Amino acid sequence: MTYTFDSEDLKKIDAIKAKYPTVLSASMPVLWYAQEKFGHVNNEVQHLVAQTLALPESHIHGVATFYTQYFKKEMGKYVLDVCTCFSCQVCGGYEMLHHLEEKLGIKVGETTPDGKFSIQQAECLGACGYAPMLQITNDVYVNHLTKEKVDSLIEDLKQDKMPEFESIIPPQMQNS
Amino acid sequence: MVNDYQNYKTLILPSKGHLRNVSDYEATGGYKALKDVLAAKESTWTRENVINEVKTAGLRGRGGAGFNTGLKWSFMPKPDGGKRYIAANGDESEPGTFKDRVIFEFNPHLFIEGAIIGAYAIQADAVYVYIRGEYRSWINFMEKAITDAYKAGYLGKNILGSGVNIDMYVHSGAGAYICGEESSLMESLEGKRGYPRVKPPFPAQRGLWGRPTTINNIESLSNVPLILTMGSAKYAAMGAKTHPGPVLYGISGHVNRPGVYEYPTGMLITDLIYDVAGGIRNGKKLKALVPGGSSTPILRADQIDGVSMDADSLRTAGSMIGTAGMAILDEDTDIVDFLYRITHFYHHESCGQCTPCREGTGWLEKLLHKIKTGEGELRDLDLLLDLTTQMEGRTICALADAAAWPVRHTITRFRDEFEARCKKSVFAFA
Repeated sequence: MTYTFDSEDLKKIDAIKAKYPTVLSASMPVLWYAQEKFGHVNNEVQHLVAQTLALPESHIHGVATFYTQYFKKEMGKYVLDVCTCFSCQVCGGYEMLHHLEEKLGIKVGETTPDGKFSIQQAECLGACGYAPMLQITNDVYVNHLTKEKVDSLIEDLKQDKMPEFESIIPPQMQNS
Repeated sequence: MVNDYQNYKTLILPSKGHLRNVSDYEATGGYKALKDVLAAKESTWTRENVINEVKTAGLRGRGGAGFNTGLKWSFMPKPDGGKRYIAANGDESEPGTFKDRVIFEFNPHLFIEGAIIGAYAIQADAVYVYIRGEYRSWINFMEKAITDAYKAGYLGKNILGSGVNIDMYVHSGAGAYICGEESSLMESLEGKRGYPRVKPPFPAQRGLWGRPTTINNIESLSNVPLILTMGSAKYAAMGAKTHPGPVLYGISGHVNRPGVYEYPTGMLITDLIYDVAGGIRNGKKLKALVPGGSSTPILRADQIDGVSMDADSLRTAGSMIGTAGMAILDEDTDIVDFLYRITHFYHHESCGQCTPCREGTGWLEKLLHKIKTGEGELRDLDLLLDLTTQMEGRTICALADAAAWPVRHTITRFRDEFEARCKKSVFAFA
């Protein structure tokens, strides 16, 4: 497929550029914008971003490959980032990851044949007190995972039902 | 040491419900410190006086290094007519750390107010709030709060009629631990790969886009309105003498009530684990504690009696306060596995610029993988310790040090467990 930005996109990209004193600084937010629109930033999308910002393609490629959240290839509709780092490791992160692998029949780094799910192993996502947890496609955090919770999450996602943002209130605020 | 913490009233965490709406925040006395400062900017609250007040309060950076915030501000050179910046560090990537997101979600205007006062004090034109890309939901909270603060006249041109102009923007990261390092954060904000810069020049001389810049942690800036409201003397008297003020303790791991808690610095570790967080879960015993994020040296259960959560007490005990993100490990924890996973993290996150780090973190991981899988030899332990000394202090930034410390201290403090895994009897058949 060919990737293009329409006039609406270009307007938004101009607004992004206005936040910074240099165009170079728009590299990351515009990559984010492109990933939101196209679902990934493969080489062709990187080319588009470079052209749009009038920056060397090598620069955009360098940035896209440095940061793990940019998908350099097409991914499943739902990318499940399971945290297995540090607190999540000792609180069952791997158990959840392996359960998910078995359930979906794919391994870390793979995508289901129907293009619905990808599984990734994530480094610390900053939800250490709510371990084990996973993040869905760079967006919602699902905390306090159990195998049952993973099962029902997958069922929901199969029907395109995204879980809502979960506000976890610090214990001291709950008492007052 | 803090004795009456049960009666502590939180200052950063709101007492009930979130304060994301400007009016709710104002109803609790919010933005009053900013109003007072700007109203008295020619008398009580000149820029120098604000910096001095924060310096005297003894606020130390909450991002890990623990440097005096007011002193850092005072490093900014005299204005030369060009732009100056604050970069607020909300990258929060150190494993075990999950505190700044609580500020974004429950009290974002406290941070915004502190950042505006900071920007006024050092004459910054804009504040760039760098938030890790994974925190999409919390970035949304911050963007909404900033938009509201503009509408209420706390940001933008001629703030509250004072003639002061300050802008604030959010910049989303995209998954790189190294971007929490201040010079890497600036590179990232400039739209590049997050390669740390050689210092000097320091950010105050040449920071963002080559202009004077101060980088402060989100929680540090959130303390600024508290200092101005209660006065530096009262603030300095809170908690540990050399490291005062309230702190967000992020408690995770094998405890009954994990979460983010706000108490003064200097809390006894035993109080935090056994009382605040409800003790070790499933009736198990404590094995070890990592007090302030994955890079801070691990402490054995027999090393924490009488140790409190402040820079000096933890240094004496052989560790550091870091981000006060405490990971609690119970007696069943496989310490070899635990350390292996930490080395995997640092290997994954090394930016690759400096050889001792790029190669060293890889070798740490490889050797620990070998030991973890029962293929290790005793001499590997000394090789690991040797590697740590060859990494530490030999790189542009502190990531190599952060990778080396846990290896050195975990092996030294749990040597018997590592040796046991290196002995071939692991594979003996009965």
